[in-house]
Amino acid sequence: MYRAEVFVTLKEVVNDPAGLTIRGGLHALGFESVKDVRAGKYLVITVDEPDEDHARARVEDMAHQLLANAVIEDFRIELRPEPALQSPSPARGGGQGGGRS
Amino acid sequence: MRTGIVVFPGTWSDRDCAHAVGEILGEPVRYVDHRERDLHDLDLVILPGGFSYGDYLRCGALARFTAVMEAVSDFANRGGLVLGICNGFQILQEARLLPGALLRNASCEFRCEWVHLRVEQSDSAFTLDSRPGQVLRIPISHGEGNFFADPHTLESLERDGRVVFRYCAPDGRVTAAANPNGSLRNIAGISNARGNVVGMMPHPERACEALLGGDDGLAVFRSAIHALARVPV
Repeated sequence: MYRAEVFVTLKEVVNDPAGLTIRGGLHALGFESVKDVRAGKYLVITVDEPDEDHARARVEDMAHQLLANAVIEDFRIELRPEPALQSPSPARGGGQGGGRS
Repeated sequence: MRTGIVVFPGTWSDRDCAHAVGEILGEPVRYVDHRERDLHDLDLVILPGGFSYGDYLRCGALARFTAVMEAVSDFANRGGLVLGICNGFQILQEARLLPGALLRNASCEFRCEWVHLRVEQSDSAFTLDSRPGQVLRIPISHGEGNFFADPHTLESLERDGRVVFRYCAPDGRVTAAANPNGSLRNIAGISNARGNVVGMMPHPERACEALLGGDDGLAVFRSAIHALARVPV
């Protein structure tokens, strides 16, 4: 099991009105050192693949087909192993109404 | 003109389109569910405005993968007339039936207002009834209509006469002040190379009756009727 973090951002050549607006807000708050802000999307995708190469290939495929629009966006993928999902542990405290602490 | 109006979850201009084509122009209209695959009974397919799939991820990105969009693609490739309005324009770009993309408005504001459009060419199926240079008054209603294309694509659109509408002043001058969303070169609508597929951000279906503020939008739909009479699909 792998957990992929996918960062989708507008290409450098594409104007980013949201980033510009956030930069203006930061300047208004007194953060004058802010030179540039780029806004983007962040997705966390858990995939059941046998190894890192397969996991990366699958997530890249997803990014090309859907997650990013190549006309305007770039993407970056960070991957790490994820322990197999556990089924939820039974509520502690026992008895009916348990689980409320 | 047998017209199909595609309805995705989140589409909201479908009834306005049906009213314009069906009630005002008196042409046969039916709604097309996003799960449909057969469009053989139609001459014109309209992808109306709205927020298909909640605009999740990107406007139009999820609508592109529906069954009906495969059929729309085949329909367009066979020469059928396709008009994408607002969200429909975004969907046509995501489906790669039209080039470029529509970014967030430069102002970061949702703009809902009447604008003026200069008709740039009268070759497309939706501008046959207009003459180049003619100014149409039609409303916009969008947050992401900021037309973008890379310089190479932009040049080929201009060179091939595929820019259909530009935002302009009431007298037809294309000015920065008349640009409501930051679109490159004031582009409000484009066509494919064949001229049978057009995408536009403004809403012609909302400008079809004097009672509602103007009827310049009728030219877009009447053009399609005449395009069909001229070239059998």
